Amino acid sequence: MTAPLVECERVGFAYASGAAGAFAIRDLSFEVKAGETFGVIGPNASGKTTLVRLLSKVVEPSSGRIRLDGADVARLSRADVARQVAVVPQDVPRGFPHTVEELVLMGRYPRAPRRFFESPEDRAAARRAMEAADVLALRETLLDRLSGGERQRVMLARALAQEPRLLVLDEPTAHLDLRYQAECAGLLRRLGREAGLTIVLVSHDLGFAAELCDRLLLMAEGAAVRVGPPESVIDEAVLESAYGCRVLVDKHPISRRPTIHLVYPTG
Amino acid sequence: MTGPASASGARLAVLLVGLGLVVALVAIGALFLGSARVPPGDVLAVLTGRVKGVDQVVVLSLRLPRILAALLAGGALAVAGAGFQALTRNPLAEPSVLGVSSGAAFGVIVAQVFGLGTGLVEAVGIAACAFAGALVAGAAVYVIASRGGGLPVHTLLLAGVIVGIFFSSAITVLISVLDFDRLGGVVHWLLGNLGPIAPASLAVFAALTAVGLWLVVGQARPLNLLALGEESAQQLGVDAERLKRRVFAGAALLTSAVVAFVGPIGFVGLIVPQVLRMLLGPDNRLVIPAAVLGGGAFLLLADTLARNVVAPAELSVGVITAFCGAPFFVYLLRSRAPQAGL
Repeated sequence: MTAPLVECERVGFAYASGAAGAFAIRDLSFEVKAGETFGVIGPNASGKTTLVRLLSKVVEPSSGRIRLDGADVARLSRADVARQVAVVPQDVPRGFPHTVEELVLMGRYPRAPRRFFESPEDRAAARRAMEAADVLALRETLLDRLSGGERQRVMLARALAQEPRLLVLDEPTAHLDLRYQAECAGLLRRLGREAGLTIVLVSHDLGFAAELCDRLLLMAEGAAVRVGPPESVIDEAVLESAYGCRVLVDKHPISRRPTIHLVYPTG
Repeated sequence: MTGPASASGARLAVLLVGLGLVVALVAIGALFLGSARVPPGDVLAVLTGRVKGVDQVVVLSLRLPRILAALLAGGALAVAGAGFQALTRNPLAEPSVLGVSSGAAFGVIVAQVFGLGTGLVEAVGIAACAFAGALVAGAAVYVIASRGGGLPVHTLLLAGVIVGIFFSSAITVLISVLDFDRLGGVVHWLLGNLGPIAPASLAVFAALTAVGLWLVVGQARPLNLLALGEESAQQLGVDAERLKRRVFAGAALLTSAVVAFVGPIGFVGLIVPQVLRMLLGPDNRLVIPAAVLGGGAFLLLADTLARNVVAPAELSVGVITAFCGAPFFVYLLRSRAPQAGL
């Protein structure tokens, strides 16, 4: 039995003035075990992005508690959290005249916030991260010159440079075409299996999440609808009630994982 | 090596030594030039203590303090500008553009209304009033311009202009109502004027500048992360609120120190960081330390021009920086503002 790395205990959160693109959380409880790949799915406005912010301490719960390896996140400093939790954001900053290597080196900040320049160890860690995310060849390239898939991998490299225990990915496939989705899936599998990283994958893409994740959390309106292995969560009746539309669930011909077909309304 | 080398202690050291040489050259030039014709040999003699009299007064009591004041003010303004630019993620932000200088100037006038003159205690009092004015103006601009957690480029500039005009008008009212006779001197100061500065004032000025530099320069690394956006910076372990308060306080302190002892000189905080960014790239760990020396050299050069162009009369140094700064501002507004980035 592996100990949980993340424990969310009856977490509630509401934005003071309804910030755009982020929604409230009500009474949310779940655990993420060390080493598992955990998917968070749910319709728009279900609170997925808010959950990412809570896990990375950008915002703090108004009720309940989040524990990270047993420690209350509210009592940890931002740098403490950033040494354990790395976020790959949905949007990559634009109009930002840094090179790939400079951006990846920023991931080393929480390791030694008082240091003015990065140490040789920081540079070595950034190099390993760029290798793992397959962007080492791009290290002198300016961020604005990258394709969508490359940007995504650069942000992943920055997160890996933090040498976290928990990697949180917010919609990693949102802007990616099929080839990059396949690459992203392969990369995440490698990171989970070889590096032993715990991964929280927030995704709109139910098939992608079902394929990669050991367990899924389905959220609707800020609360948990169901938590469990993909086969129990990717269920026609459960999804229909959460999303309000008809779907057919099938099995992937190769992986035997659940796949989802949307039933398009006629006329 | 391809592209600009990434920031490191060695690169910063080379940069600072290079800029230090530039500062030394400009300072030596400024020491030998002036409306009072002191032959170069006499300047050297004064410096080695072999000549007394008028030449000694000119070189040691007029030119040397003025050179030091210019170096301090230029460095302070350039770092304040770089700090405000990093905080607002806006390359056009600058103490005078943001109205912070006007707020500080208002504080200085209020202090003078209460009769604070020269001397150590008075210098501290004037600087405190300037700092309060700068904080009020900066906070007002922030409140007016912030929209849903962001600071849109044009709203920020408009808010700065509005707050600047408000405080300038308030200054005019105070001067007109309370002390009509001193109007001439105050107008000269309002244009930015590196006049004679008393040793006590210079010491207070230096101490305040040192505190302000300490508050801002050390935060260059987290400021780089803040450029990616506040949420991203927080996820990388930056305490964004604390960082913003610290840098804002530092930049406001630097601005108010300059305004209190030299006057509200515009555009140094705009030109110097921007030119350094063009030369060095966006890394604040190079740009901000380089701005200390680069700003000093630039303002000293401008002041040496101001002293000598129309000698024996003098231009206000603020006129020279404005002549350089206004076209530069237009250029930046046209070329950079639409991207809303740095």
